[in-house]
Order: sequence, then C-alpha cells, then structure tokens
Amino acid sequence: MSVASTELMIFGKRDCPTCILIVPVLRQLASEGVQFTFYTQDDPAFPEDVPGVVDDTELEQSFRFAIEAVPTMIKVEQGREVGRAVGWKRSEWRLLSGVSDLAPELPEYRPGCGAKNVEPGLAEELAVRFGNVAFGSRSIDLTAHEDDSEACFDRGWTDGLPVVPPTPARVLRMLQGTTRKPGDVVAVVPPDLVECTVEKIAVNAVMAGCRPEYLPVVIAAVEAACMDEFCMHGLLATTWFAGPVVIVNGPIRRQIGMNSGINALGQGNRANATIGRALQLVIRNVGGGKPGGVDRATLGNPGKYTFCFAEDEEGSPWESLAKERGTDEGKSTVTLFAGDGVQGVFDQLSRTPESLSKTFAACLRSVAHPKIAMASDAVLVVSPEHGRVFHEAGWTKERLKQELMMLMLYPGKEMVRGAGGIAEGLPEHFADATIPKFRPGGLHIVHAGGKAGLFSAIIGGWLATGAMGSSAVTREIGT
Amino acid sequence: MKRNSVLLDPTSERASAKRPRLARVSTLDGLTVGLLDISKARGDVFLDRIEERFKEQGVTVKRFAKPTFTRVAPLDLRKLIATQCHVIIEALAD
Repeated sequence: MSVASTELMIFGKRDCPTCILIVPVLRQLASEGVQFTFYTQDDPAFPEDVPGVVDDTELEQSFRFAIEAVPTMIKVEQGREVGRAVGWKRSEWRLLSGVSDLAPELPEYRPGCGAKNVEPGLAEELAVRFGNVAFGSRSIDLTAHEDDSEACFDRGWTDGLPVVPPTPARVLRMLQGTTRKPGDVVAVVPPDLVECTVEKIAVNAVMAGCRPEYLPVVIAAVEAACMDEFCMHGLLATTWFAGPVVIVNGPIRRQIGMNSGINALGQGNRANATIGRALQLVIRNVGGGKPGGVDRATLGNPGKYTFCFAEDEEGSPWESLAKERGTDEGKSTVTLFAGDGVQGVFDQLSRTPESLSKTFAACLRSVAHPKIAMASDAVLVVSPEHGRVFHEAGWTKERLKQELMMLMLYPGKEMVRGAGGIAEGLPEHFADATIPKFRPGGLHIVHAGGKAGLFSAIIGGWLATGAMGSSAVTREIGT
Repeated sequence: MKRNSVLLDPTSERASAKRPRLARVSTLDGLTVGLLDISKARGDVFLDRIEERFKEQGVTVKRFAKPTFTRVAPLDLRKLIATQCHVIIEALAD
C-alpha cells in the first residue's frame, strides 16, 4: 500500500463557527501523524498552529473541488476522490482519516457554513478564471488604467447612455438565463446581415442592464425583429421616426416583474427599460445599424433607446393581444410593432362607448397626417379608466375595432391633395372613393396603464405597412 | 492596484479590435487647421514655420497654446479647438 498516493484535503474558513470548532480536531490529526492539507478560504493565517495550511483565498482549489460548504474533508486516492464529509460529522471524519478516537469531546454533528466559492456573484468569476470557459466572442483587453465604461463609449458600443461593461463573468451569468446553447444562431441581423448567436445577444443584454431571466425575452425580440415581415432593415433605414416597439404578453410579464401599470410606457422599470434597449443594442452592434449610417431618421424618437412594455392582461376588459394573434393560453410572447412615439388621447367626459370611440377615431385620424390613409398602422393603448367604459357597456375589442373602422371612413374629396387648403393628401383619383384611415388589420388595441387618468395613447406606425413595409409580428418566448 | 480587465466584443467583429484612428483628410481645401503649441521650448518656432507655409498655400490657420505641457489641455481649450478647426497639428517635443 502506497501511503503517498492517499491525500486528505480539508477546506475551511475563519468566518465559520464549525470550522473554528474543528481546529482541535486538526491538531489531533497532526499529532497522530495524519498528513493533510488545509485549504483556507478567507484568512491565510487560519487556523493557527496547524501544519499543512495552504492559502486558497483565490479559491482555485475550492472551485476545482466544487466545495459547497465548509468544513469539508475529502479523501483522494490515486488522484481520485474516494470520500467526502461535508460539515463536521465525527463518524465520517474518523472513517476518512483513519483515526478511530477522533475528537470524542465534540458533538457528533455540526452543519457547516456556505463555502466562499459559492457566494452569489463569485461562481461565474471563478468559472471564468479557473474553469476553461470558452466564449465565441473576441476578447478586448483593457489596460489597468482604462475605465471600462468609457472604453465602451470609445469603441462605439453604446446608444449614448452608459452601458454595463460586458465582462466574461457577467456574460456567463447572463447565459444562465436561457437553456439555449451560446453558439446557437438566433437570427440574421440587418443591416449587415450578420448571424447573431445567443452569446452575442447575451453580451448586448449585459450592456443594456438586463438580468439573466430577461434573456429569453430579448432572444424572442431579436428573432421577431429579424423576421422578414417586420422589415427591420427598412425600419432602421427610414427617415421616418419609427423603431421597434416591444409588447410582452403572458406569464413571463409577472415572472420578471414587468410594468403594465402606472407609467407603463415610461421609465423606471428595469425589465421594460433594458429588454427594449438590448434589442436596439443588438441592431447597433451586431447588425451595424447606427444613426447617421444606415439609420437615416430625420428626427428619430426617444423610443429608439428603448420602447418595451407589458400588456395589463389581468385588468383588461378584453382578450390579450397575444390571444387575439393566435397564441395559446399560458404561453408568453413578444409582439413587435414598428412604432413612433406616444401621442396622448384626452377624454375626461365620455361615459358611453359611442362617445369615447368617436374621440379615439378623431385622434387616430391625425396619425402621420389627417389626410393620409392606409399608410401607417397604429397601436391604441387603452387605459383602465377608458377600458371601463367599454367593459360596462359590453363592447368587445372586435366591436370597438369595427366601430372605429366605420368612424374612420372619409370622403375622398376631403383627403385629396389640395383639399382644405393643404397641399398634402391622397392622389386626385381617390376623390370619389370612401377612404378608410387604416388598412384591414392595421389597428392594434392593447390595455395598459395606471388606474387613474381618463387618457389613452396612440403609437403611430411607420409610413410603410404590410408587404411594402412592416407588419406587426408575434413570437413565442422560449426558455 | 486594479487588474487588467477583459470585455467580450458585442459587435459582429468585422472591424479591428483596436480603436480606429480618425481618417486623415485628403485635402486641406476649405478647412481650418489648428496649430497647438503645448508650451514646450521651441515648439513655437516649429509652428511659426508651419503657419508660414500654410499661409503661402492659402490655408486658414488658427493658433492655440496649452498653458503647460505637463498637463492635458484644459477642457475649454479642447472645446474651442473642436468647434473652430477641422484638423489639428501639435508640436510635441522640443
């Protein structure tokens, strides 16, 4: 029997009462001639007066042996682990060490403390440092004196606001938010038509400030944006205001804490803010779509930083946008709409659906221009106080849509060029026709907002719809 | 001491990982050239000669000077140069 081929390893830290409790055990082992190595996780001077102490404050050995709690005793024979005792378990320690009268004065069992190498946030750092984690993305080395946040600005990676620097550990943590493999190609991203992997999305999601659990939503948003019907390239290149608006439905809204209530279209909710931003950063960084480059917007709109919100399904008088678009109950989706900014709709006096729908129709007419028709789609975001008017009168969403379509039929002579003293308008040959404001299926209705306020919102769309431009697309969110 | 850090490239990696320099101008026609004296000895002599040569060619020149070569240019000076010049020439050493 070869004594040298057997090794006893003990892991511990000073910040653990059980580890302190077993210091006399270590001294007894030493006095009985048992060879062991004690790996100290937090204090190289711990434990005092014990031989064989090794500084593992870098946690390399703790990581390699996947220590979960301390103290842990591991017996290795011929380079292979043959036994492990987690916490102080006298019978097991006696067995592994071969000392049959070990520490008779101590209790039989004391649980250990969490090991330092599994503390929150550390696991990924250690995996990157010691775990041979391979990334597909190129490493950018910064010098010790380069500010990592400034480095992201300097390299043109940001939308103008600071980003979270995408360190390998952060990206590794982000990738834990999905079951998909880092190397999976999710989509071909315009304008440069670059194959975009899950990992590239994760890098940009880190920069946007996402939590790992948002990643499946971002992945679905990227997939949706790159569907041919959505026409992301044209949407990016247009001089018009529009950009992708992300509307989230289904159980994931609550699971990741999205906002569909007060200020739903505004700032302040991390998931809303960062999911929309991550999509824009993917378009910018992976697709290469930058303002002044392929993005030719005359004015743009602030939603091009981020525009993402959840529908308030629980408080809605109607079926959700996702259900209306054919999604099964219980599934989560993103719906992308090529939208501009928010136009407010004020009506504090209408108490009947007939009156309120007329207000909606009057305001919707102004999308793009009151004399332009069937050019833009629109999303109407109906707030709880306005929704209640339709709910109490028993109007379905379909009924409201039909009424609005009827209310927005205009005599061609009001719409043609020159009518009303306005040069802009439809070509002269529409003068005798009756013109609907929106193409069939071009008006989407969702429910969101705070409980107080007799206001709704219109999100006008890109001036190129359907086959010649963009149609709203819905994509199921995976895992 | 801060360790060197590594970031993962978020881009399509079609461009060099090194930050590109600004493209050199191909002509000075219609451009304003700034001449920055960093206040090192005889930098002014060099820049005087450069100014003379540019003026012979009809190029618009503006002169600037840092208060001291030991510190980076003050923000106001950098803003002034950025708004008034298309190109900058710096006299670096003595």
